[in-house]
Amino acid sequence: MWFKHIILSLLIWLPVIGAMLVLLTGGDRQARAARFIAFSVALLNLLLCIPLYLAFDPSRFVMQFQENHLWIRAYQIHYALGVDGISLAMIILTNFTGLLVILAGCQAIRVRIAQYMAAFLIMQGMMIGVFAATDAILFYVFWEGMLIPMYLSIGMWGSANRNYAAVKFFLYTFLGSILMLIALLYLYNQTGSFDIQRFYGLHLPIAIQKLIFFAFLLAFAVKVPMWPVHTWLPDAHTEAPAGGSVVLAALMLKLGIYGFLRFSMPIVPQACAHLAGLMIILSLIAIIYIGLVAIVQVDMKKLIAYSSIAHMGFATLGCFMIYGIIRHMAKYQDAYMSLEGAVIQMISHAFGSGAMFLGVGILADRLTSHSRLIKDYSGVAARMPLFAAFFMLFAMSNVGLPGTAGFVGEFMVIMSAFQSHFWVAFTAALTLILASAYTLWMYKRVFFGSIVSNEVAAMKDINWLEKTNYILLAAGVFFIGLYPAPVLNVLHVTIEHLLSISMPPLKV
Amino acid sequence: MMNIAMPLFSAALPEIFMLCMISFILLIDVCLKEGYRIVTYGLTQLTLIAVFLFAMAQYREYPYPIVTFGDHYVVDKLAILTKLWVLVASFFAFIYARHYIKGRSILYGEYYILGLFAVLGMLIMASAYSFLTIYLGLELLSLSLYAMVALQKDSAAATEAAMKYFIMGALASGLLLYGISILYGVTGSIDILTIGNALQKGLHVHNPAMIFALVFILSGLLFKFGAVPFHMWVPDVYDGAPTSVTLFIASAPKIAAFCITMRILVQALPMLSPAWSSILVVVAVLSMFSGNLLAIAQTNIKRMLAYSSIAHIGYTLLGIISGPTSATGYSAAMFYITTYVIVAAGAFAIIALLSKQGIELDQLDDYRGLNARHPWLAFMMLLLMFSMAGVPPTVGFFAKLGLLAALVEAHYVWLAALALLFAIIGAYYYLRIVMLMYFEEPREDLRSNRIAISPGITTAITLNGMAALILGLLPSALIDVCRISLG
Repeated sequence: MWFKHIILSLLIWLPVIGAMLVLLTGGDRQARAARFIAFSVALLNLLLCIPLYLAFDPSRFVMQFQENHLWIRAYQIHYALGVDGISLAMIILTNFTGLLVILAGCQAIRVRIAQYMAAFLIMQGMMIGVFAATDAILFYVFWEGMLIPMYLSIGMWGSANRNYAAVKFFLYTFLGSILMLIALLYLYNQTGSFDIQRFYGLHLPIAIQKLIFFAFLLAFAVKVPMWPVHTWLPDAHTEAPAGGSVVLAALMLKLGIYGFLRFSMPIVPQACAHLAGLMIILSLIAIIYIGLVAIVQVDMKKLIAYSSIAHMGFATLGCFMIYGIIRHMAKYQDAYMSLEGAVIQMISHAFGSGAMFLGVGILADRLTSHSRLIKDYSGVAARMPLFAAFFMLFAMSNVGLPGTAGFVGEFMVIMSAFQSHFWVAFTAALTLILASAYTLWMYKRVFFGSIVSNEVAAMKDINWLEKTNYILLAAGVFFIGLYPAPVLNVLHVTIEHLLSISMPPLKV
Repeated sequence: MMNIAMPLFSAALPEIFMLCMISFILLIDVCLKEGYRIVTYGLTQLTLIAVFLFAMAQYREYPYPIVTFGDHYVVDKLAILTKLWVLVASFFAFIYARHYIKGRSILYGEYYILGLFAVLGMLIMASAYSFLTIYLGLELLSLSLYAMVALQKDSAAATEAAMKYFIMGALASGLLLYGISILYGVTGSIDILTIGNALQKGLHVHNPAMIFALVFILSGLLFKFGAVPFHMWVPDVYDGAPTSVTLFIASAPKIAAFCITMRILVQALPMLSPAWSSILVVVAVLSMFSGNLLAIAQTNIKRMLAYSSIAHIGYTLLGIISGPTSATGYSAAMFYITTYVIVAAGAFAIIALLSKQGIELDQLDDYRGLNARHPWLAFMMLLLMFSMAGVPPTVGFFAKLGLLAALVEAHYVWLAALALLFAIIGAYYYLRIVMLMYFEEPREDLRSNRIAISPGITTAITLNGMAALILGLLPSALIDVCRISLG
């Protein structure tokens, strides 16, 4: 592959350049051109993932497709990119979601289309940058850089309370990241470089490790989000346009988990082992308490937002259970399964929740009030049978039904936890009940029952564009649920390596 | 016996040329009919360009510092670079001013001539190598600025602002002079070089009078900077002065003031660094705190940016604080102040451009829905605001990063954390501007009001706004330049 050495840069900058082109089309008069350019760029980016996947060598744990240029000499900051199995999977997922969001936006957005498309394309580029960066400051620049388009997209195309939600979103995440920046600068002082790999070999004293751990924790916990710093998410999700919610749920939340995997666990393994108990408790609170909160929601988007927090609890649980598993059982295999479960959960959640957010967008689009309240809908299934069928599938994935994407990750995390900590696993497994409760109850109230209003009675079933979106997402759900081997294959060596560097040296 | 040598006039060529040109323009302007004011404007800008080229030539010509005029005058990298920045900032300030002053009958030749005198003062400050020359340059700058603020004779606010500025400024100059006189009393010299060498040998370091001198000099400087607790004049002057003058005050003088601070604290009094850095810690924290906090409460964007400038001065001081114990503190501070000047000039320029004939549109409300009225201007403002907030990929991020790196290196981790906490508070009011511009609809009476800007000014504002982005993507060269000038 001749463009092997620039493919990551292409993936990052193509959407950004595309965004510039889209902006050049100007106002809403040339909406068709804006849509067309945005769609072609997103499609091209997704197609670029095919050679990326094929050329990736899953048997090596080192970073592949590396690019490295000195960027800022004074601080030895490099424009350094590279991918391993986890980031490869996330980049493909980002491009897949990016295309869906553009498609959905083609229909749902009617004002300032060019700016909308540009915002999402830039966001996509920044997101890929986060997953591909191997230099800490480059990572940070992408990490913060995507706040700007996200802030704008919530504020410009959001619903009534959008100003509040947008500012809250921005300040919360901005606040989260500052301590991470100081931690990175501290690590730079220790190593003389911002290369993330160089941070791994440091054997810092445990007290310093703990400080760095908490600095990272704040940044990543806000993004995941973990209880108790999750409060921005329901607001942002609810007020954002459908596309924004999809990006938030499918991708942005994963950045937090990705941060734990890329920074916290390998850089400060002893602190992680020490504080794993705290992390597990926080994860369990997210799973149980937030699950309960989800049940009582009256707003569909809020409900799905809370369910996202609960599902992300599984991912953090899987990450930090490995320390307990190793300590109690010294069984490497279980720890591996736990970590792999966390990563799978991170990927699979994108399909289910993303699809459900799109679904709420589709429903709200058909009502003049754009209501998201459950009580405004009833008997939708009678008018939109195809939509109801699709939505059922995604709801089932959210519940964790075997055969769908949602099942695999949760099952792996719970299974591995059962081997060492029965009560942790038992508590986590309660989610299977909670998730069914809130998802299916919502489904019942929205889709079944008698038709509530004339507007619902006049609803049309999904059109070809929405169908395309849903077919793609359904394919994703079944793919992870039934035959995840191509993904696991890519992840295998990377996760093994991650596990080996995330383990504190065992006392003999 | 003092050795009187012929001064090296060629070293002061930029200033000498500038002074001649000012006299020439003054004469020409008297003979000009109303309506031909563009000649004055053109000559002013040409002068700035010519002086810029002279300074550029000096940059290559003098690889080593030259001290002349009886040790009162120096040409080194710091001086030349400061001059270059001052000239560029003034050049842009005059471009933006033209449109604004035309609209409110202050289009006099005096505006440019006073401006040029201010620039001359700053050039002298940049090259000053004794307290006498520093004071001379500073006063030339200040007196011109007082007059420029008062130029709009029919505006009560401007007159009041000028009065306040003058009284406060005179007080500050008094403090500075008093400090200098104590310093002279103790060391017997007003040369930066001589004082620095004497202290280096351990003389006078433990003399308590030195601390007195330091405190007075520092107060004078901080007054000029507008740092807490000497910040009271800043919001009133920024608000009351014509916007084009505010723009000018907020830009180039900050760089010149930074340069003399470097000369005094780092070149003359480095042995007192434990004393001055502990004073500056308090000042910096207070400035960041109250600047950011009070800015939130403002409804007038000029006042808001005035408080924000107080906060930014606080950040700049952080670099100076970490300077003695880190390799990069001073250059980080210089990078910060230069990039801040670029950003602030752009922001004030947009405020000046939006105001219509005689009517100031400087309330936050006037920015509602700017994106719908003029998307490009709104986008430039967006870049500038995010840069002030320090969000990547704008240059403001790297400015803060440099300071933080220096602070962490100097073991001031707590100060770094505090600085970032204040940055979050600050982010709120910058975000509010973006929120108003992008998330809201324009006010009824402004909706049909077209914003007409000449292509020349559009180019200038585009260069200015894009600089915040481009320097954020490729900051390396500017960082290196700052490092070279502060070795």
